[in-house]
Amino acid sequence: MNRSLFLLAGIIGSFALSTFLLVLVPQMQLGGMQPQYTDDEGKITDIYPIENRGIAASGRAVYISEGCVYCHSQQVRDVQNGADLDRGWGVRRTVARDYLFDSPPLLGSSRIGPDLANVGSAKWRNEPTDEDPQYKPAKRDAAWHLLHLYDPRTIVKESNMPSYRYLFEERPISGQRSVDALNVPTKDGWEVVPKPEARELVGYLLSLDRSHPLKEAKTATPEVAAK
Amino acid sequence: MTAVATAPTSTVPAPAADTSYPAAERAAVDDSARWPVLFFFGNGLLWLMLATVMGLITSIQLAFPTFLADIPFLTYGRLWPAFTNTLSFGWGSLAGLGVTIWLLARLGRVRVKFPGVLVTGAVFWQVGLTYGIISILAGKTTGLEGLEIPTGSAILMLVGYMLIGFWALLLFSFRSQSAPFISVWYLVAALLWFPWSFAVAHAAHVLPNVSGVVQGVVAAWASQNFLSVWLTGIGLAAAYYLIPKVINRPVASYNLATIGFWSFIVFTGLTGAVRLSGGPIPAWLVTLSIAANIMLLVQIVTVTTNLVMTMRGQYHMVYHSPTIRFTFFGAIAFTIGSSLGLLSSLRSVDRIVHFTQFQNAETQLVIYSFFSMVLFGAIYYILPRMVGCEWLSSTMITMHFWGAAYGGGLLVVVLLLSGLSTGYALSDPGVTVRQIIESNSVWLAGAILGWVLIAIGHLVFGLHFLLMLLRIGQPGGEPTLFTPIGEEAKH
Repeated sequence: MNRSLFLLAGIIGSFALSTFLLVLVPQMQLGGMQPQYTDDEGKITDIYPIENRGIAASGRAVYISEGCVYCHSQQVRDVQNGADLDRGWGVRRTVARDYLFDSPPLLGSSRIGPDLANVGSAKWRNEPTDEDPQYKPAKRDAAWHLLHLYDPRTIVKESNMPSYRYLFEERPISGQRSVDALNVPTKDGWEVVPKPEARELVGYLLSLDRSHPLKEAKTATPEVAAK
Repeated sequence: MTAVATAPTSTVPAPAADTSYPAAERAAVDDSARWPVLFFFGNGLLWLMLATVMGLITSIQLAFPTFLADIPFLTYGRLWPAFTNTLSFGWGSLAGLGVTIWLLARLGRVRVKFPGVLVTGAVFWQVGLTYGIISILAGKTTGLEGLEIPTGSAILMLVGYMLIGFWALLLFSFRSQSAPFISVWYLVAALLWFPWSFAVAHAAHVLPNVSGVVQGVVAAWASQNFLSVWLTGIGLAAAYYLIPKVINRPVASYNLATIGFWSFIVFTGLTGAVRLSGGPIPAWLVTLSIAANIMLLVQIVTVTTNLVMTMRGQYHMVYHSPTIRFTFFGAIAFTIGSSLGLLSSLRSVDRIVHFTQFQNAETQLVIYSFFSMVLFGAIYYILPRMVGCEWLSSTMITMHFWGAAYGGGLLVVVLLLSGLSTGYALSDPGVTVRQIIESNSVWLAGAILGWVLIAIGHLVFGLHFLLMLLRIGQPGGEPTLFTPIGEEAKH
């Protein structure tokens, strides 16, 4: 009997220790974290991060529901941990404060596709700078993202990303062709337009930018830090 | 052959092993556990079949991204989490609970009272899980990797689990064997850990004050516990029971087993943060988890030594006994899988293989080549005692083994190689993503082949299982062997 009491005590003690160190202490350390306020003589000039609202918030729900996280991470590691910065996925490593309002955080554990922590930033690229000029860094605006979601292989021939045609609808053109219509081949007199989900998702992708300077994360290039 | 003949008489019986009580009583214990165990095995196997189909489809999608891409609920981003949850919570947990209940009853020399409670618990679990998987396919998930099942379904599952876990722990406290056998240690640990870590992780997602990366840390912790305490605990418990039982000699060293168990239970719960190594979490967390992983070397070495020493001189049994062939394969996979886990937790390795298929390979190795193979071994041993006849065909068992061992092995190897090649390519900023995709295609083709082999194995196993439920088999008494050992090795 003593033996099994000892066994039970050991098991419960071990998971108390584990819960304390890996759940409670991180929550105590990070739970009270606040956004970074920059003030200029008592006047707050800048707050980072701020909570996602509107289209970015609903697009985030689409991102979760379509499972983008299983192929795309949203975390940039420091130089000693990988080539993320050299690849152009960010200008600094991401830190806990970047995810302050993310519930749940979409950190991701797999990079079947590129990291998207900063995909909405103009500096984000997924091509080496010295590559073949025909692959020159694309301007990833809303139209680019919509086309890429509809059929990734029209933009990147080798892409292994699934197409998300079900986020778009094919409809007969009534009157004028819609301004949102995608420039893709379709039946005569028909057009392909994004459903709200596709628009929201693209809104979220364009909102992804974690390059804002933070005091706890060194920025790779000094001129960006100074900005 | 002489070794087999002399083994039972030349060694003392294993401490508290269930051979110490009469066969008639063992049969009565088996009888009392029949319905819950069959219910758990049967449902677990249905989930395994579903997981096989899903695994095959996702492996094809990785190589051919347009495959079934236009059907929303079969898109890779929904099918992949549905697959991992089906495999873990459907097959792994249900079949694992079936083995747990049978082992606790057998080793405790105690009959299962009111088996309806266990079946009721399993029904709750089934309803919650079914709804959870449908939700994931419909795009409703928590968004936390490893904990995708929405909280409502998770609560149903947890309620069902409470009934099952409580009943299983009652078997432990009402046992008539006083000193618990090694397997029982692992089972009790697994039974207590799982609900705790599952509930805490879901609570961390739902509670208002936990946001940002803490949720990620807790989810990583819970996923690691699920794999390394829950499934691994049950797998090792079954291996510690089955290998000595079929070989018919006691576990080589009780002391080694003790050291192995305590290092397992203390350090495993601290290893979770390596899943976020290099990520936006406090660095001390990762350092702690790496240290815990290194300490787990004690467990890897002691468990491996112990099981190998128990098998010593009896390796020919893998040619005869299906149970031993599957279980010993699983035990070796445990050693390889845990060692790889340790190796890849080191910062210098992690920076290369993090975010690649290498990590998938490790999970696959633990959940399939180790855990599932041991569970198959256990089912080959337990099921004849539940239905009263022996497996119909040793050829079918052989086909299952080849499919599962070679298919699963191939899958692990190609995923490891794919992970290494992608990892090295990703850490060289001069290599473009499209070059990486191209160089990966050969590995992805290998993964599809692996899944096809696994699927063939599972089809055969499923059919064989069904025949057993219909009592179509060899007459009871003599286990179905690959090749006869001679009359001395009955068990």
